[in-house]
Amino acid sequence: MKNVKEPNDVILRIVTGVAVIIILTFAINLFVSGHHNPGGGFIGGLTFVSAIVLLFLVYGIEKIRNNIPFDFKVVAGVGVLIAVLTGVRGMLVKEPFLTQIFGHVYVPLFGETELATAVLFDVGVALAVIGASLTIIISIGDDR
Amino acid sequence: MEWFFLMMGLPFLFALIVPTLYKRFTPQIHIGWFVLAIPLSVFVYLLSYIPLILAGETLWGKLPWIPSYGIDLTMTIDGLSMVFGLIISGVGFLVVLYSIYYLSPKKEALHNFYIYLLMFMGAMLGLVFSDNIFGLYVFWEITSVSSFLLIAYWFQRENSRAGALKSLLITVFGGFCMLAGFILLYIITDTSSIREMMGQVAQIQSHGLFVPAMLLVLLGAFTKSAQFPFSIWLPDAMEAPTPVSAYLHSATMVKAGIYLVARLTAIFAGGALWFWLVSSIGLVTLFYGAINAVRQTDLKALLAYSTVSQLGLIMSLLGLGSAALWPEAGNLSGLFALAFFAAVFHLFNHATFKGCLFMVVGIIDLETGTRDIRKLGGLMYIMPVSFTLTMVGTLSMAGLPPFSGFLSKELFFTALLNASHMTFFNMESIGILIPIIAWIASIFTFIYCMIMLFKTFTGKPHYPKVGKNVHEAPVGMLIPPTILAGLVLVVFFFPNHLAQSILLPAWAAIVPGLAQKGILQVQISAWHGLSPELFMTVGVVIIGAFLYKNLSKWQGIYHWYPKSLTLNNIYYGFLKGMESFSGAVTQRYMTGSVRDYLVYIFIFIVMIVGGALLLGQGFKFAPFQDAPVSIYEIALLLAMVVLAVTVLFARSRLTSILAVGALGYMVAFLFVLFRAPDLALTQLVVETVTTVLFLLCFYHLPKIKKDNSSWRVKATKGTIALGMGLVMTLVALSVNGSRFFPSISWFYENAYDLAGAQNIVNAILVDFRGVDTMLEILVLTMAGLGVYILVKLRKEGEERERT
Repeated sequence: MKNVKEPNDVILRIVTGVAVIIILTFAINLFVSGHHNPGGGFIGGLTFVSAIVLLFLVYGIEKIRNNIPFDFKVVAGVGVLIAVLTGVRGMLVKEPFLTQIFGHVYVPLFGETELATAVLFDVGVALAVIGASLTIIISIGDDR
Repeated sequence: MEWFFLMMGLPFLFALIVPTLYKRFTPQIHIGWFVLAIPLSVFVYLLSYIPLILAGETLWGKLPWIPSYGIDLTMTIDGLSMVFGLIISGVGFLVVLYSIYYLSPKKEALHNFYIYLLMFMGAMLGLVFSDNIFGLYVFWEITSVSSFLLIAYWFQRENSRAGALKSLLITVFGGFCMLAGFILLYIITDTSSIREMMGQVAQIQSHGLFVPAMLLVLLGAFTKSAQFPFSIWLPDAMEAPTPVSAYLHSATMVKAGIYLVARLTAIFAGGALWFWLVSSIGLVTLFYGAINAVRQTDLKALLAYSTVSQLGLIMSLLGLGSAALWPEAGNLSGLFALAFFAAVFHLFNHATFKGCLFMVVGIIDLETGTRDIRKLGGLMYIMPVSFTLTMVGTLSMAGLPPFSGFLSKELFFTALLNASHMTFFNMESIGILIPIIAWIASIFTFIYCMIMLFKTFTGKPHYPKVGKNVHEAPVGMLIPPTILAGLVLVVFFFPNHLAQSILLPAWAAIVPGLAQKGILQVQISAWHGLSPELFMTVGVVIIGAFLYKNLSKWQGIYHWYPKSLTLNNIYYGFLKGMESFSGAVTQRYMTGSVRDYLVYIFIFIVMIVGGALLLGQGFKFAPFQDAPVSIYEIALLLAMVVLAVTVLFARSRLTSILAVGALGYMVAFLFVLFRAPDLALTQLVVETVTTVLFLLCFYHLPKIKKDNSSWRVKATKGTIALGMGLVMTLVALSVNGSRFFPSISWFYENAYDLAGAQNIVNAILVDFRGVDTMLEILVLTMAGLGVYILVKLRKEGEERERT
């Protein structure tokens, strides 16, 4: 995205700095609230991706990649692995594959909290979405 | 039976740890020593079952695999599978021992060799012990694949690759035919167990699909056992390392077809078609192989043709024996069934003497550097042990006493003479031909045996290393062929021990119906008076010796046969024709233009979906059920129409991309109006990200040009666009009016109790339909990796071209 000749985009840069934080926070909020309110792993992950894409657009892919030292292909793979493993848990206790359980547990500071293995599965979904989308965007964006 | 499954799976299991062993112990220890334990333990384990088999018991065990389709790994142990199991593990043991000396641990990729070999061993054992036809088929194909890999073991050589490909093409073609035959059998009998099929013989044989099923299964058996005209792959398979030739291509795999024919005899045999097909193809193969073996100059090629010929012999015996199941055979059943016994007996003998011969040829090849008969000679004094072993092997193959081949050859002649007395199947008129053809083939068998024995070990040598340090092979390499040669002798002197313990149960397993009547009796003896069989053998020896002495005078006949008419030429011509034909067909529609592919896709969608709507009268427009349309929705729809039209008439790509993006946002707003926040959120973000992706791709695209194509192209495009739009509109309109399945929304009503989630959409995604989601992210990840690979590999390819 460097083909644009040194654009005068001070406003965009400043706004991006603020907006990215808001978007990332929103992404995490979407992910966490997904269990009971609109949101979830897929949408949370995609929102996360859109924040990163905004950074790409403004600062260029190279710069951002140097500052986010993840191989997104691996992130995608880890996501799928987590999702599959939460499914295997069910098989180990002779339940059907991908059976999810949940329960209410007392956690210090948070009080009575609901914990569900479905959230772990959702983490896998989010990571897979983030990894795969960014792999695609970086591959195509880098290709020049 | 669990132990049995474990023992039969042992080769596969051990193959898993071969790479680790190879890494750890090469080159200090030859890993063949570890592998040696596997066939030995299987062999010993199988021996422990002999008393049970002798008692007439048949063991049966089942390991479910795909039970809903009747596909299981079922194992039966009876006499027939026992003979094969013992040959597979016994010869396997000797071959592995031999290979330890044959393959150098420093130069060869031993782990590959032993993994393929173990894979083959496991598959072959599975094949002969399978009772389920589909399980049998799977093992059958694994043997084809491992044979392919072993032939191409020295894949640097072009001949190896060509030979491997040829064997794979022919045997897999046969395998597919066999699978089709099996499926027909499954349709007829509604069972996939061979044992259960044997109980429905009358029903099978009167069924309309009986003949097609039989022909297809026979195709599978004939290709695998290298019967004429599919025999051409076997000589080319000799490119494999010699232990492989000794094991797969003479003792075991090529006998899988024989096994299949023997195993299914009880189901298919009894009619004239089976009798004539199996026995005449067998006889033709016997004749063809023997005639062609005489002209070979490569020792392994000679052995390959002789194997073809001997397989034909066994096959023809199975065909002749099937007369015993002819309902009108009456009292003569026992007489005709003797052919089955001869077949099993010869099969056993062939495994011993041919294995021995192959191993000796390997030794000669290794020591002198050539297998060419024209260059070899005079090895009798240098390699006396090898000479003795070859003599035992060849004379047994030629059918001379005191070797086991003599006994089975005499039985073969007996079966031929019995068959010529048949008074059915049109045997009165042409039956006399059968012994004559077989007898001539036996003369040629005698000749090539003499060629192999005398041209290699007597006369003057011309091989490359002549005069240099050529010596006898190491002792370890001589042990396996010596054991086999020893068996050849032992079997001659004590044939009835072998017959009682192993061969008779096998005979009974081929024709269980006759075995129950108790008419399967045989007493093997080397001397049974001045019988016609003896005169036939004497004739073979006299005429064969005469012809061998004058070989140079008549060998020129072989050049008379036109080269363009050889089977190999026909095979290559067919292959070439197939390639150019399929290439031409494929190139007609694979134009390389994405536009063309889109045209195909859209045409098919319009035809199939539109056709289904039209034929099934699926179009149903029922607006009266719908909720009232509000002003906001109308406004959004109008905006969407405007945006869609903008895309069509946009002059720059940027405008059209933005318009498409905006269109997506409008859809998201529609979701908001319909109170689907999850959907609206997703749609918004997806739309944002895809717009960016479009922009990225847009960088690579040329500017929009004015469409200058001819009106015909434009008309095509217009038609497709209109058709596609029309079909989609119709589908969208009818969606609400049709309901094929009951609603599943009640299933999610108590989502909170079941999944502990108040957001039903998310509960569905991660819990109720978790598998869907899991597969979706899997597909997404694969797509991501696919894009990455396409982009990166293309770049690397371009860079390689530049440098």
